[in-house]
Amino acid sequence: MSKPMLKMTTAFADVMPAEYVELVQNGPFGKGYGVADLGSFKELIEEHPLCAGCGLALAVRLIMASLPTPEDTVVVGSTGCSSLAFPQIALQNIHSLFGNQNAVASGLKRALKLRFPDKHKDVLVVAGDGATADIGLDMVMHSWFRGEKLATIMLDNEAYANTGGQESGMSPEGCVLNMAPTGKKFKKIALPEIARESGCAYVASVTPVQPRKLEKAVRRAILVAREVGPTYVQIFVPCPTNFKFKPQETLAKAKQKEKDQTYPLREFITPEAQAYLAALEGGGKHD
Amino acid sequence: MPEQKVVAPEFMFTEAAREEQFITGSEAVREAVRRANVDMAVSYPITPQSESMHLVGDIWAEGYIKDYYRGENEFAVMSAVAGAAMGGVRVFTATGGPGTMRALEMFPTWVGARLPIVCAFFTRGINSPLTIQPDTIEMAHLLDTGMIMLHAEDAQDLYDMILKAFIIAEQTEVHIPVGVFADGFFVTHTRDKVRVAPADIKLPPYKPYSAPVPVMDMENVPFRQMRDPFVMKSNYVSYAAHASWQQEVLAAAERARPFIRQYLGGLIEVENEQADVLVLAGGTAVCQSREAIAMAREEGIEAGLIKIKSLRPFPGEELRALTAKAKAVIVPEFNRVGWLSRELRNVVQNPDRVVAGPRVFGGMTMPPDLILSEIRRYARE
Repeated sequence: MSKPMLKMTTAFADVMPAEYVELVQNGPFGKGYGVADLGSFKELIEEHPLCAGCGLALAVRLIMASLPTPEDTVVVGSTGCSSLAFPQIALQNIHSLFGNQNAVASGLKRALKLRFPDKHKDVLVVAGDGATADIGLDMVMHSWFRGEKLATIMLDNEAYANTGGQESGMSPEGCVLNMAPTGKKFKKIALPEIARESGCAYVASVTPVQPRKLEKAVRRAILVAREVGPTYVQIFVPCPTNFKFKPQETLAKAKQKEKDQTYPLREFITPEAQAYLAALEGGGKHD
Repeated sequence: MPEQKVVAPEFMFTEAAREEQFITGSEAVREAVRRANVDMAVSYPITPQSESMHLVGDIWAEGYIKDYYRGENEFAVMSAVAGAAMGGVRVFTATGGPGTMRALEMFPTWVGARLPIVCAFFTRGINSPLTIQPDTIEMAHLLDTGMIMLHAEDAQDLYDMILKAFIIAEQTEVHIPVGVFADGFFVTHTRDKVRVAPADIKLPPYKPYSAPVPVMDMENVPFRQMRDPFVMKSNYVSYAAHASWQQEVLAAAERARPFIRQYLGGLIEVENEQADVLVLAGGTAVCQSREAIAMAREEGIEAGLIKIKSLRPFPGEELRALTAKAKAVIVPEFNRVGWLSRELRNVVQNPDRVVAGPRVFGGMTMPPDLILSEIRRYARE
């Protein structure tokens, strides 16, 4: 944002909602905060209506704290659990339809490039595994083929969670879920590899177990998308509601999958992106 | 980028000298878009639309449009132009027939998001069986998306309506998409005399902050949209919020009426409206109706013509008044379902007077004799 947009009319200051006052007085815009600063500033996400122990909610919170320039970031989401959280973040964000997020983001990014040619306007796509790997896969991949300067983040809870726990392409093979009553018959879609082969300059898979690692992946994805090309980050976000474990076990589940390699963490960086990041990260605050 | 002077819409539409060109409907699209100060266009091929968006691509290559690409399918294209419009630029695209159906989920989404997108629809039949032939059945599926729908009779209408559609769509109190419809092949692939404004003038640029909703650029408030979102909640406030939004969208289309009257001279055009027998038509059925009415006149039978230019908003009051004394209103159509006659029946008194036909479909042309025989039949009664 080019000027202080977030302010209060003095006469109304005493009747403004508390979270808005906090955002104006102690928000993250223009401050360069990161995950390590959580707890010391008003976060972009307000209360959320997601389930207790929701891994996705935790990931959204961490993503919002990882943005290099939240004051110039627009989020494009899709239908699913995350679409319940995004109306409550203090960034302009779009929900259009189920699966069309990367097509909407392509148009948006190009429009913002036309209107603000000398400024980085980060367009961040954040959607679930169903939206990204199933119903929207063609538009996700075509945005990569075209080299759209977008960062795409998948919140991978390995199921259609908001509709009641149905199998998605990202569910593990053999997993019993709704619409897969005898277990899923094919492997989890290897989207990080597909992303790498489809033109993404930076690809990472992470979990919220290591917040600094997640932050690094999100920041790298956004920065590389500014100058080099499309990027993809896949975040494992365990779902206690549909996978029937206790809310307090969410991080343990993610940790277990990291450990036994059933959710392998990886990072692919093209040489061009590597060179770009090396120049940027020379003395970066968060890296 | 070619030098073009920005002129007021009124100058472009009425005062500017016009040059007559002998061009196809697809070329008329190119000439309209060339003068429309479009920022971005996204294309996808489908017969009979493809040529129009080839030509739009050509003028992008010449520098008349700032960004252009071929999308991956019509749903994606309609999504991309939505994203671009939310980002605050003027966009154009076109499709037709199965492409319209493929993209259908997006059209009410454009309207609900208050996006002033202009999309040309070059109508053709819908499968199955496979067809690429002219037919206006897709329009039946779009009547209740909430978008403004203009129906061009010929290439001249197409040129004028596309240019004017941007100005109508972008009024703050309207700010919803406009579909400009023309009958595929009959208009797109035939050559006609079209009077166009000079190529060195263009419409004023779109003003993003005239939108009645926030532009998604993080340069205008609000950033925080809601603390307790009503979406997907089961309570009265949630229902009321959605219901009032839908009503506001309908009201936006209603508020387009004065602008359609101002720029298009009305939602309808009439000739010889005193006649006992009237013919109501849209698109190229108007041409066939003119022909039939001229043939009837040679036989000493008088019939009047109502050309419908705006289907949404629908000229219900105008049609009710015009048809008050008519013995019969014949509605020739290029589709199986007869959606225009259904629309008319809903607004006129004594709807039995509405003759739902003749209708041709599957790609057939409409012999004026078919309309003439209906005129004869009802003139004799």
